Amino acid sequence: MIQVFRRDVVLSIRSGGGFGLALIFFLIVVVLVPFALGPDQSLLAKIGPGLLWLGALLACLLSLDRIFGMDYEDGTLDLLATSPLPLEGVYLAKSAAHWLTTGLPIALAAPVLGVLLNLNFYVSGVLCLSLLLGTPTLSLIGSFGATLTLGVKRGGLLLSLLVLPLYIPTLIFGALAVHAAALGHTFEGPLIFISAISLGAIAILPFFSAAALRINLS
Amino acid sequence: MLEVANLSVGRGGISLLNNVSFSLKAGQGLVLRGPNGIGKTSLLRSVAGLQRPLCGDISLDGSIAYAAHVDGNKGQLTVRENLNFWADVYGSEMMEVALIAFKLHDLGQRPAANLSAGQQRRLSLARMLVTGCKVWVMDEPTVSLDQENTALFRVAVERHLQLGGIALLSSHSELELNTETLDLVQFRASQRIIVSAFDKALE
Amino acid sequence: MSIQSGIKYFWSSFWQLANPKIFMGWSGLWLPWVIACTVICLSTGLIWGFFFTPDDVRQGSTVKIIYLHVPSALMAINGYFLIVVGSLFWLIRRQHVSVLAAKAAAPVGMTMTLIALATGAIWGQPMWGTYWVWDPRLTSFLILFLFYIGYLALWKAIEDEDKAADLTSVLALVGAVFAVLSRYAVLFWNQGLHQGTTVTIADGVNQENISSVFFQPLLLSMVGFGLLFFALLLVGTRTEVRARRLKVLEAFERAH
Repeated sequence: MIQVFRRDVVLSIRSGGGFGLALIFFLIVVVLVPFALGPDQSLLAKIGPGLLWLGALLACLLSLDRIFGMDYEDGTLDLLATSPLPLEGVYLAKSAAHWLTTGLPIALAAPVLGVLLNLNFYVSGVLCLSLLLGTPTLSLIGSFGATLTLGVKRGGLLLSLLVLPLYIPTLIFGALAVHAAALGHTFEGPLIFISAISLGAIAILPFFSAAALRINLS
Repeated sequence: MLEVANLSVGRGGISLLNNVSFSLKAGQGLVLRGPNGIGKTSLLRSVAGLQRPLCGDISLDGSIAYAAHVDGNKGQLTVRENLNFWADVYGSEMMEVALIAFKLHDLGQRPAANLSAGQQRRLSLARMLVTGCKVWVMDEPTVSLDQENTALFRVAVERHLQLGGIALLSSHSELELNTETLDLVQFRASQRIIVSAFDKALE
Repeated sequence: MSIQSGIKYFWSSFWQLANPKIFMGWSGLWLPWVIACTVICLSTGLIWGFFFTPDDVRQGSTVKIIYLHVPSALMAINGYFLIVVGSLFWLIRRQHVSVLAAKAAAPVGMTMTLIALATGAIWGQPMWGTYWVWDPRLTSFLILFLFYIGYLALWKAIEDEDKAADLTSVLALVGAVFAVLSRYAVLFWNQGLHQGTTVTIADGVNQENISSVFFQPLLLSMVGFGLLFFALLLVGTRTEVRARRLKVLEAFERAH
């Protein structure tokens, strides 16, 4: 499993499309927000947390179809499926690699971009924490969706259609935590929920994803 | 030991081959012959466990390595990195042997994207050696290989058989291997449409 | 016949429905009766509800939309539940009829969701002064609608029938988990304007929530909607079975 993880990280760094792109997309979304809503500092501070979460979610979507799509097209997935590695493990390794190259950079960059949206230091910290706990779920759900749409030609749009509704609970609790922090309330509750969803996703999605992969390969 | 009994395979609702049976002991190889579209790939995928056969049994002891008719190399990785990945996956130390056997040692640092079609193929054949698996299942292994490289391939397969391995290959042309061949034309399904139990019940 | 052997008989004949021929015969026999019952229940319930019940003291005559709103909302949820059950039967027992029923339930359930949302909006306008509020219940139904769309889109996208059945079933199961999760997540997110459940089956007519004058016709239209759903489900499943049969015949035609 660690080999697949390492290989996927190397591949996404070398192929230019993966590593930086999601982060740059995230940056552009955040930069565009004041143009759409006006430069009112207090308004930006109010909606900033939610917008940063939404931006992170959309940035995660960008590279989802590559997680399995590339390996499916060039035949590597067949070879992985006949190797001693369990497909559940392949799924987890690939999701982890996706998170390392999209979710993690986004979570780390979010506090910096929070400055642009007039978020204070404390709120930015909570935002970063909530993204760190929540983005693994985004990668896990996303690559589950990718296993479903593997055989569909130009399935990118369909993939977003399937995956976005599944993102709703994570988005709700993620944004809730940051809003609670901004209002000075306790934010541990939503963070616990995000972590619980992440752990639940790790527990159940590998089996469904491996099943979907087997169906698609046969 | 690889034993295939009364295997029937199909693809996309079309039945292709019926009642294929053969048995391979350690050290034996078999070349499946037949024209394009007869079902060689479906048969091999079934043996490799990628595709559910329509009916029949496949019994196998030992691990299996499968090579599809596409190479499955990653263009962004070098030759060594490609092989190293599979060596890690299979926990094997055969990489240097494989590089030499398929004359890839000079190309080790070259990204796979810059290889010629024949070199790509050699890399994917070297992968089979790296897996260290006893049973090789290879789909059209000599496509895009010239005579010299086909000879390399032949040596590698024969060496694998001498060491007690099993090789199941498919080809639409003569491989000149010192193994038996099985002509698949005789197993061609007469009833072309796959009718599931559900569809049958409706008639 | 004892109860036990009766149950046994029911299950053995229930599993026989997995045979498409028996299913087609059985459903063809019962469909007219189901439709007849639907028409009777639905027309009685709705006419009774719309014309022969008094206006609510507080809500005026707008309350009468309840006879469409509550039953359709109920069927919207039941529709997704049915998809999940049908998918499970398919994945475990490989029964085509059950997955085709799941496929047929999706557009019906989606339409019910739309009806529930639309009638809710029409009801909400005079009550809350706006067509739409981001209330947990309304939001949950909107999310449910998205799940229906995703499920149907995946069916449409995959050409191989059995592969599509497998993959949509996997999606339905995972979707169900996340739909329930979303339902509770939106409760945290917004406490809401929507009134509490007025009708609970458990305590029948609860005097504090709803008086029996409204409840009796409502119950009748709920039964009517249930029957309507069942009738549409039968029609839809029969169509799917026939469509599949047609595909096989076409394939034979091409082969010979």
